[in-house]
Formats: sequence, C-alpha cells, structure tokens
Amino acid sequence: MSLLEIDNLSLAIGGTPILNEVSLSVAPGEIVAVTGESGSGKSMTALAVMGLLPSDARASGAIDLDGADILSSTEAEMCRLRGSAVGMVFQEPMTALNPVMTIGDQVAETILVHKAMSPEAARQRAREMLDRVGLPAGRFPMSRYPHELSGGQRQRVVIAMAIALRPKLLIADEPTTALDVTTQAQILDLLKSLVADFEMGLLMITHDLAVVAHLADRIVVMRRGDVVETGETAELLAHMQHPYTKMLFQASTHKVSLPVPPAPEPLLQVRNVVRDYRLPRTRLFAPVEHFRAVNDVSFVLNRGERLGLVGESGCGKSTLTRAVLGLEPVQSGAILLDGLPVHAGGAPDISVRRKMQVVFQDPFGSFNPRHRVDRLVTEPFHLLDEPPRGAARKEAIAEALTAVGLHPDDARKYIHEFSGGQRQRIAIARALIIRPELIVFDEAVSALDVSVRAQILDLLAELCGAYDLTYLFISHDLSVVRTVTDRVLVMRAGQIVEQGDTEAVFQNPQHPYTRSLIAAAPQLPEPALAS
Amino acid sequence: MLRYSLKRLISLVLSLVVASLVIFLVIEVAPGDPASFMLGINAQPDTVAALRSELGLDVPKWQRYLDWAGGMLIGDFGTSYTYRTPVSEMIADRLWVSLPLALFALTISTLVAFPAGIYAASRRGRAGDAAVMGATQLGVAIPNFWFAMMMVLVFAINLRWFSAGGFAGWDKGILAGLHSLTLPAISLALPQAAILARVMRSSLLDILGEDFMRTARAKGLSRGQALWRHGVRNALIPVLTIIGLQFSFLLAGAIIIEQVFYLPGLGRLVFQAISSRDLIVVESVVMLLVFSVITVNFVVDLAYALVDPRLRRRS
Amino acid sequence: MTRNLLLGALLSMLVLLMALVSFVWTPYDHVAMNIPAKLQPPDAEHWLGTDHFGRDMFSMIMVGARTSIAVALVAVGIGMLLGVPLGLAAAARKGSWLDEVIMRGNDLVFAFPSLVIAILITAVLGAGAVNAIIAIGIFNIPVFARITRGAALSLWERDFILAARVAGKSGARISFEHILPNVMNLLIVQGTIQFSLGILAEAGLSYVGLGAQPPTPSWGRMLADAQTMVSIAPHLALVPGVAIVLTVLGLNLMGDGLRDYLDPRLRVSRA
Repeated sequence: MSLLEIDNLSLAIGGTPILNEVSLSVAPGEIVAVTGESGSGKSMTALAVMGLLPSDARASGAIDLDGADILSSTEAEMCRLRGSAVGMVFQEPMTALNPVMTIGDQVAETILVHKAMSPEAARQRAREMLDRVGLPAGRFPMSRYPHELSGGQRQRVVIAMAIALRPKLLIADEPTTALDVTTQAQILDLLKSLVADFEMGLLMITHDLAVVAHLADRIVVMRRGDVVETGETAELLAHMQHPYTKMLFQASTHKVSLPVPPAPEPLLQVRNVVRDYRLPRTRLFAPVEHFRAVNDVSFVLNRGERLGLVGESGCGKSTLTRAVLGLEPVQSGAILLDGLPVHAGGAPDISVRRKMQVVFQDPFGSFNPRHRVDRLVTEPFHLLDEPPRGAARKEAIAEALTAVGLHPDDARKYIHEFSGGQRQRIAIARALIIRPELIVFDEAVSALDVSVRAQILDLLAELCGAYDLTYLFISHDLSVVRTVTDRVLVMRAGQIVEQGDTEAVFQNPQHPYTRSLIAAAPQLPEPALAS
Repeated sequence: MLRYSLKRLISLVLSLVVASLVIFLVIEVAPGDPASFMLGINAQPDTVAALRSELGLDVPKWQRYLDWAGGMLIGDFGTSYTYRTPVSEMIADRLWVSLPLALFALTISTLVAFPAGIYAASRRGRAGDAAVMGATQLGVAIPNFWFAMMMVLVFAINLRWFSAGGFAGWDKGILAGLHSLTLPAISLALPQAAILARVMRSSLLDILGEDFMRTARAKGLSRGQALWRHGVRNALIPVLTIIGLQFSFLLAGAIIIEQVFYLPGLGRLVFQAISSRDLIVVESVVMLLVFSVITVNFVVDLAYALVDPRLRRRS
Repeated sequence: MTRNLLLGALLSMLVLLMALVSFVWTPYDHVAMNIPAKLQPPDAEHWLGTDHFGRDMFSMIMVGARTSIAVALVAVGIGMLLGVPLGLAAAARKGSWLDEVIMRGNDLVFAFPSLVIAILITAVLGAGAVNAIIAIGIFNIPVFARITRGAALSLWERDFILAARVAGKSGARISFEHILPNVMNLLIVQGTIQFSLGILAEAGLSYVGLGAQPPTPSWGRMLADAQTMVSIAPHLALVPGVAIVLTVLGLNLMGDGLRDYLDPRLRVSRA
C-alpha cells in the first residue's frame, strides 16, 4: 500500500503545459528521488502534492496522499494536511526562515497551528526536534534567530519544522543544492536516518545524480514534464532504457581530454598574498579587528597549464580570484603576471591587466542587458592601446563567436535572446577576444544543467587545443575540476592546504581536509559508469 | 542593542550640531542689521549700538553661535527682537498646539493606513484591493490644506459639527482641545494615510514573495495566517522608515494647516516673525522643527532594532 | 495597467497644453479686474466663474498652471542634476569617506522639510517663486541621491560590472556607461513622482505666502484668497483645488503606469 500515489497528473500554468501525465508513488519508509534538468517539472510535481501551485495552474489526474484526494481538497483541508501529514524542505535555507522570529517559535508554530498540543508541550516537542536534527540545546537555544545560524544549521531548522508533527510524507526540493559538500553529506545522512526512524516516505527532488544514486530506493527521471524512466535504483543504474537517462548519466560524469601542457615556465606567480577585511567593531571603542580572507597564499601557474582551485564557500577562493584579477588590493605579498605586478602603486596596471580575462558563474548577470552582443564581447578592447575598428573589429567579433560555436550574425542580438549555455559561450568569447595569456573561470559551469555543462567542458578542451589556453579554474565541484585541470590547489580558511597534480591529489589526498572533501562528494556508483 | 543605540545617539547629536550650524549661518547671511531695522531709519547711532549690545549682536559670530546653541540646551532661546520677550515663552505656547496636532494626525494616519494596506494586500488584484488603491491614488493627489478647506466647508459651515477655526485651549480640558484639533488632524492625516497605506501594501506584497512565506504555508498556515504572523512584522521594517519621514511632512503640514483653521501654533508665529524680520524667532522655530524631525528619526531607528533582530547583536 | 498610463498621460498633457496655450491666448486677461462681475459662479461667459475682483477664474487657472509646472520642473531638474551624480559617486565608492559624507549629508537635508527650507530662504531673501524652486529643489536632491545609490549598489554586485572592471574601466566610466542607463527607468518614474510632489509643495508654499507673489498667478495663492469667501463662493476654492488634484493625479497615474510599463520589478519610494 503506497503512501503517495500520483496518477496521470497533468498540469498547465497560465495555459503553458508543465506536466504531462506524470505517475509515481512513494511507500512508507521509502525514498523516491525525482531527477531531471531545469524545466523538467520536478519541482512543480512537489508543489502539486503540497497543493501550493500558483493560482493560475490547472491540474488534472489524481494525487492520493494516505487516502486524501489532494486535487479535490479544499484550501482549508489542505491547510490541515500540510505540516501534519506532509512536510516540506526547500532549496534555499538562507531565505526559508522568517528573519524576525526565533527558531524555537518557528518550529513550535508547526505544532500550534494544527492545535496538536498545548503551547508548553509544543515548545518541548520543538526542543526535542531541534535536538534530533543535530542542534543541541547547549549551543542552539530556542531563542536563536535565523541570522545567527549557518546555511547548514538553518536547513536543519527547516527540517525540524517539517517533521515536528511526524508527517507520513516528507518532500525535499533540492535540499542540499545550496550547501557545501561536507554539509550536504551531513544533511543527507540526517534525512536518511529520519526516514528510517519515523517510517516516513521521502520524496526527494534533485538534479544531482550522484546524490540520487546514493540516497534513493527508487528513481524517477523526468524531462520536459514527462516521466521518461522509473525503477529501483540499482536496477535502473545497471540497465538504463531511455536514451535521455543514458545521456544524463553520461553527461554528469563527462570527461574531456586535454592536450599535454608544455614545459613549465611561470606565467602567474602569487607570493605570500594576504588580504584582510576590516570587521565592524564589536564594542564602541574596541580596537578594529580584521578578518583574514586570504592568509599567506603562494602558488605558481605555468604557461599552458590548467590549474584548479577548489574549496568550500567562505574559504577565500573568491577573494583570491578577485585579487589575481586586480579587482581587490592585497595587504602584503605580490601577484606577478608574466613577471610584472598586477597591482602597481595602488592602481592596477592596464598593460598587465590586458593579459588576463575572466568568465563568471551567472550566465544571466554577466552581461549588461541593454547592449548587443558585439558591444558586449568587445568590452575588453578598452584595455588595448589601439583597439581594432571597422572591418578588423567585425572580423575579431566573428572569429570569437565562431570559436565558441556561435554564428557571426549573433553579434547583432541582445543577450536575452540566448539560453544559459549560449550565454556562457558568449562570456568565453568575450574573454578570448583580446587573446589574453590567462583566463580565469570563476565557477563558470556551476549554474548549468549537466548536459549543457558537458558541452561547455568540451568547448574548453577544444579551445585548449586551438588557442593554447592557460587558465585558473575555480569551482566547488570536484568532479569537474578533476577532468579540466592538470594541477589543483585545495583552499581552506584562507590557506592553500594542499596542491599537486590533479589525478595524484584525487587518488591519494595527503591533507585530512582534502580527504574529507573527497569523501563527502557523492559519486556515481560503478554500474552507472559502466553502462 | 546598547551599542546600536549608542551609535544612533552619537549620530543624532552630530546631526543636531551640524543642523544648528547650517541654520545659524543661513540666518547670518541675511542682509540688514536687526537693531537698525527695529529702531527705524532715523535712529541715533548710539541708540542702535546700545540695542545691539542688549540683543547680544556686538560679539563675534562664533561666540553668538555658542551663546545661541548653549542657550537652547537649557531652554533659553534668546529675546524676540520685536516683542522683547523671551522666545522660549512664545514658542512654548505655540508648541502645545503644533506638536499635538502632528501627533494626533500621525495616529489617525497610522490607524487608517495599516488596516487599509493589509486589507488591500490580502485581496490583491480583487475588487477590495482596487477600491483601496483607487482611494489612495486620489488621497495622494489631494493637497492637505485644500482638503482642510473643504472639511471646513462641509463640517463647520454646513453641518456645524465643529467650529470653523480657532483653538479652545487645553485649560478647558483635553477633550475640548482635541475637539478643536480634530478637523485639522483629519485633513492632515488622510493624504498621509494614503501614502502609508500604499507603502504598507507594496511592502507586504514584497514579503508575500519571500521564501519564508512559502515555508509558512508548507507548515499548514492559511494564506491569512501566514500574512498576519509572518508578513506584517517583516513588512513593518520599510513602513517604519516612511512613518519617520512622514513625521517631518506632518510637522510641516501642521504649520500650513494652522493657517486654514486660524490655530495659534508655530506656523502663525513664524510667519509673523518673517514679516517683522524677527530673525531670532525664525531661527529658533526652524531649529525646533529640525530638532523634532531628527529626534523622531532617532526613535524610528531604535524601533527598527525592536522589529528586526538582525540589528540587535548578541554580545 | 496601460489604461492608467494613458489616462495619466492624457491628464498631464491637458495641463501642459493649458499652460502653453495661456502664453498666446486666455479667455480674458487674467489680471483684468471687473468689480461689478465679481464672485460669479461658473456660467457660459466665465466657464469657471470669477473671483472677488471679478477676474476670470479659467484664465487664472491657465496661467497658474505655468507657475506650477515651471516650479516643479526646475525643482526636479535641480534634484536630478545634483542628486543622481552624488548617488552614483556614493555607490561607486561604497563604504569610503566619500560615501559616508554624501549619505550623512543626505540625512541632514532630509531633516529640513521643504517648508522649513522655504522659511529660511524667505527670511533671508524675501518671498518669491524662486524660493519655492530652491526649497523644493534642495529637498529633491537627497531623494534622487538615495534612490540612485540604492539601485546602483545592487548593480555594482552584478557580474557584468565585474567584467567591465576586468576590462580596465574606471568607476566613473562604469557609472555612466553601465550603471546610469540601467537606473534610468527608475529615475524617470521617480522624476514623475517628484514632479507631482513638487506641484503639491508649490501650492502649499504659495498658500502660506512663501511662494509666488502677486501678480504672478498661482493655484496655491488663489486658494489663500478664496479662504475667507469659501462660504459665499465655494467655487473659488473648488476650482484651483480640483486643478491641483487632477494634475497630481494625472502625473501619479502616469508614474505608476510608466513603472509597470518599463519594468514591473522597479521599486520606487513614494515618500
């Protein structure tokens, strides 16, 4: 007898079809993972179960939750079900909690709103739940506010809220996507143990196939509103039927082969770099304190080499990247590009700067929406003493666009006419156009779907061959760094704790932190890789 | 919390010092000598000199500023050039009309605007919302003094519920005083209420899109419960800013409205002082108005910390 | 919502047209007194009646529109011309002493309501329409500075600004090339709203005698003149009041409509 039974659910929002006859089920104590790329409709499926669809959504089919017919329930009936029969955990823990309410009150509210217990009993249950999710009373009194907690801790509060009334079904929508790998591993363990303890069903929505493979009893693969394949995890991984499923799994472990780097000759030298930030005073006349974001970092990037930089959020890798790009001053140490300092006498030196370019993470925020592609990709010409004009400029644009797999005619379009993957291509074209010695990729493929990411990685490998690229590749995603770099730096708390040849570091990590990082990163099991 | 308050307090004092300097310097550049103006063109030079020293005009400017600013700290605003009476006495009487009027109006405006804004946000896109928004659109466009004239026309002249003007005085009882301030306060409050209701509504609508509102719904709160328990308090943060700003509009508005109702408030005092070039009175009244605005905004800053725990740092 | 925009634009255009036409034609000379015809209610001869001197109200309203528009327009110009660069500079040097000075200065000016500024100026220079312009203009500066800084700050966080910095562009250049065009919509909408607030403020200042002086016609002063006669000739108060309300309403509708039309996510301060 299943707990949740979705039968031929079709959904349209404002007339646009979103889901097409989706069927799936979750049994008590079972973890079912719904996976797919953006636009697959996986999140909407979850919201449909909660009855929290947008007001212009029209659904047909049936959703049966432990005997309750969700689609024909009234709003009042749904309010009774939400929080008591089904709980939900969301993607973004930083914004999922009310900033002006204590965590104790927020957890107790789930119980009180259903009038399940007296206020005292509810507070006691809230305390127990916070203890259960790993927030012990000693360090996490109920009077804490959300802004006093880290992202992982906040996600634990959200989980405590969702399970406070021991619902039979828990829905988790990308619950670890916004978290670091080590935190992700802890949250996944927590969810797994909760499912076992409470005999809950867990409907897990995630794009991360490695997470899916480790956690789920059954997998549902979705694509553009359709369920393309579903099955027991081990069975599905071993015998994938649908080409889309195969493509998805292949893309998420996509490997590229890079040309062999030339003999070492230093291009970028970072020597004992320190970057401090002033902290706000804790007391009025207290001495000013500093936060050391980058602490005595040194490394060398050789010409023609592809160097990776990995680390969790807050480790200082973004600050280091900005310092290398000359966007932030450093307190001590030196950054030399081709033998010349990036920072000369306070102001960045333009003749040094023209030797490097950058590609950012967010394909939607990286471009001024008011300019056409030709103007966007030629912005680095500002660095040149005599930028090409007229026909030469046109030719440069056409060449850059062609190099990244776009058409020269795309130059006259605006950026909103392109998809996320195409925008990243344009970002790469902008970086290539002045033929810099060094390109910095700052989480450049992190926001992309796996299939698009695989294509961009292929493009990178291709450009390495054609342009002898030297790059610094910053990412939190270990599997990507492993395939597109020759050497890797591991950063933690402002320091480089380990560096070495990429394969050597991954296979035989020396530093305990590197080991924990690699251990925490979920990987696809062998059968999936084999097929 | 203490540190935050202390920081605000320092900035309050600094603002007051700079504001008083600005006011003093502006008045200083006014052409003409008050003493000669008061005595007329035919005055003897020694009489003028005597008056100048009596008014304290014969000392260096920086000392005059210090005397003026220091005097204000102990409630001494100097002597009126025209009436030769202490300015503080003249102001005190008037203040007890203008300040209650502004506060009365602020209360009415808040009492009207909050429910209206919350109601409109909860009925977003429906008839109730459209009605409230239409009314506020009109309210924002109505000059308060004209609204006051219309109120006089309807409620004083035609219906005779209130007197058309004048002030009963507080010595006849609080109710009598409030009664004569009711029409002025309403005409001052309603246009402001329209603005405040719009801010409340849009602030709430912004909050409705936040992730934590969805979390609240997932817990089983109904739309209305989520709005009340999670929406309103968060929405208050931007609304408080507007209330702080509104106070300065209300105070300025009170001065204009006093003209409609012939109320003996600061407005009449300052306009008389301008026409008789009684600059020390102008200077003092302006300082008092600016002082009120700065102080109210200080209080609003403290209120922020009560509403938003992110501003109260744990030590 | 384009209905609002149309209605607002129509009302605003009507007032502007009235003001422009008044330069070449008014039904009567707006200063010509005609005591026998005083205090006449609206009729075929005097569309909006006559005042206590027998002057034609419609002609006075037409000419008064000129004062209102001129004062409010110049005041918005002052506010934008000074406020926008200050806001851009503060955002470009966020957290620096410059930012601090600009923002503290802003707070200080905010503590002086335009009426108070007008009182100060009048005390020093005497009354006149220029006072109203300066007072409202000064009041507008921090409004534009603050809104520009707020919008610019969020833009400075965007990657395309980082990309421009990597391309070696200076803060000033980025401010004018990337930031300003992207806050322009916001400024246009806020400008419309400050324009309508300026018309209200001008009317208030003229009403208490701190604005336009005779013989310059002004809606606010017409209301001041009407005050003692409101019980015997209500149209004296009704006509200028309705003129103000319709003008401000039109501008506000246009502002709201423009905001929805240009960008639904724009947030404009109505304070």
